[in-house]
Amino acid sequence: MKSKEVLIELKEVCKYYQIGDEEVRANDGINLTICKGEFVAIIGKSGSGKSTTMNIIGALDVPTSGEYWIQGTNVSHMKDDELATIRNKMVGFIFQQYYLLSKLNVIENVELPLLYAGVDSVNRKERAMQALKEVGLEEKWNKFPKQLSGGQQQRVSIARALAGNPSLILADEPTGALDSKTTKDVLGFLKKLHDKGNTIVLITHDQSVALQAERIVNLMDGKIIFDGDVEEYKSQNQ
Amino acid sequence: MNITQSFRLAIKSILSNRMRAILTMLGMIIGVASVIIIVGIMNGLTKKIESSYADMGINSISVYVQKNGNRMVTEKDMYQFYNDNQDLIKEISPSLEQKYVVKNAETKFKANVKGVSETYAEIKSLTLKEGRFINYADVLLRQNNCVIGAYVEDKLFGKGNGIGETIKINGETFQVVGRVKEVAGRKKGSADDCIYVSYSKVIRMSKSTEIGSYEMMAVDSTLADPLVAKLETWLYEKIGNRDYFYAFSMSSMISSMNTIMGMLALALAGIAAISLLVAGIGIMNIMLVSVTERTQEIGIRKSLGARRRDILNQFIIEAAAVSGIGGLIGILVGVLLVLLIGKLSNMQASPSITSIIISFTVSVGTGVVFGYMPAKKAALLNPIDALRGE
Repeated sequence: MKSKEVLIELKEVCKYYQIGDEEVRANDGINLTICKGEFVAIIGKSGSGKSTTMNIIGALDVPTSGEYWIQGTNVSHMKDDELATIRNKMVGFIFQQYYLLSKLNVIENVELPLLYAGVDSVNRKERAMQALKEVGLEEKWNKFPKQLSGGQQQRVSIARALAGNPSLILADEPTGALDSKTTKDVLGFLKKLHDKGNTIVLITHDQSVALQAERIVNLMDGKIIFDGDVEEYKSQNQ
Repeated sequence: MNITQSFRLAIKSILSNRMRAILTMLGMIIGVASVIIIVGIMNGLTKKIESSYADMGINSISVYVQKNGNRMVTEKDMYQFYNDNQDLIKEISPSLEQKYVVKNAETKFKANVKGVSETYAEIKSLTLKEGRFINYADVLLRQNNCVIGAYVEDKLFGKGNGIGETIKINGETFQVVGRVKEVAGRKKGSADDCIYVSYSKVIRMSKSTEIGSYEMMAVDSTLADPLVAKLETWLYEKIGNRDYFYAFSMSSMISSMNTIMGMLALALAGIAAISLLVAGIGIMNIMLVSVTERTQEIGIRKSLGARRRDILNQFIIEAAAVSGIGGLIGILVGVLLVLLIGKLSNMQASPSITSIIISFTVSVGTGVVFGYMPAKKAALLNPIDALRGE
């Protein structure tokens, strides 16, 4: 850990869903603190509650009970539009399916978070171009997503996540749709971002991907069953 | 995100789905164009009617009187009234209408014969193509001179010139001394279907003793209605029953005609406006489809920080842009068609600025109103579900 400053904090977070007559406890008392500059992988099988955890960390959803703090702000009871602002200012998302808008070109896609942040057009272009440079795709700025390979599209989405200069980069199965070579590239990028001081939370079901992180949080049935650094995890699971 | 950006986004989205946008706009185009065409044609029609009335003398007043028992208004009374009200009345002429058989060597038909004085041409703004109108001597001496309207002239002389020719009216021989310029399209039953003779002659021919109708000309068009009021009071004193006389000014007739035409135009435009409503529903429908199709896009935008208002604006502006562009095309089509119809029909049909402004506002408004519901639906989508495309 490079610094001890707390970035996000989940306190007794529960998330219940009502499916038919059954109450599903997707998160059942999660306590998790992540500090600035950490690289954490959240792992778990499908149904373990890792997507729900990601939704809460990414301010896409609020917990049923418990509290979620990000950078000293309590997000637990926020309304839709307040959550949108938190997402816009603090979280950079990287998704498995890239989620680029096909009708916009590369730079316009990267500009989107800045657009919603109300940045003027000149600054927007400049910052988007800077983010594209970081992922090495600045010459592709006027191409459309369809004209790029999967790995390149994922790099565009990383640039988009970086453009808003968020406190947290939240990657949801970022390599799930990529072959092993491009997976390596993308993980390399995430590591580089981490080395530059970014806080990264990686959600994956793939152990080999998770092992690239510094710290691993393992979920099962909505509860944390392991939270410790990679070496510790390795020794326990061999 | 500001409005300009939303607008550019909307244009982009419309351009990326051109066929659909055009089909959606079609309803708006038809609606707006038909409103403009209807209003334009009604305006042209009103102008035409107005001008043909104006040709008949905008200052003129018609008076009809009948005998009520032994109470009556004689020619002498009427001229006395004229002399007493020179400040209001410029001219007066009796106007006795009869139908008589008219014939010459070639043809024979029934025509309207009007017994008038020498002032009638001025009152009714008749202009002569050739010759002279009935004059004072004709009236005084009951001379067998007549002036013919354009329709009668066509019937009697074809393309030829009737001046100086003789014709028979009700068996009596008359000489044609003047030809009146066409006023109403040379049609049967119109003001062109008329032979003017001195009223004294018509009284003699019809063997009647009193004159039942007069035409007057007010000094000024603003005095027409006061004159009618004064006439009505005077006639009531003379005759004692409102059922036995009738006076009206051409200007009041034009204004009531205008009212009727205005109401008709409004009714027709209202019907056309229904097509705008239908177009609005079409827009709502397509926007709902669009929201469903773009659920994932909405999810992505929301995950990147778009607030409800941003999504709402995006879709409303898109709907308003579709309908607004449709409205503009509709205005263009409508204006061109009105001008074309005006040219072809020899009618002064002109697109009215008011109808253009109103229909454009209505079309954009329709987009906003009918786009609101789908936009609201989009704005309220939950980002997690939307990202999954649900």
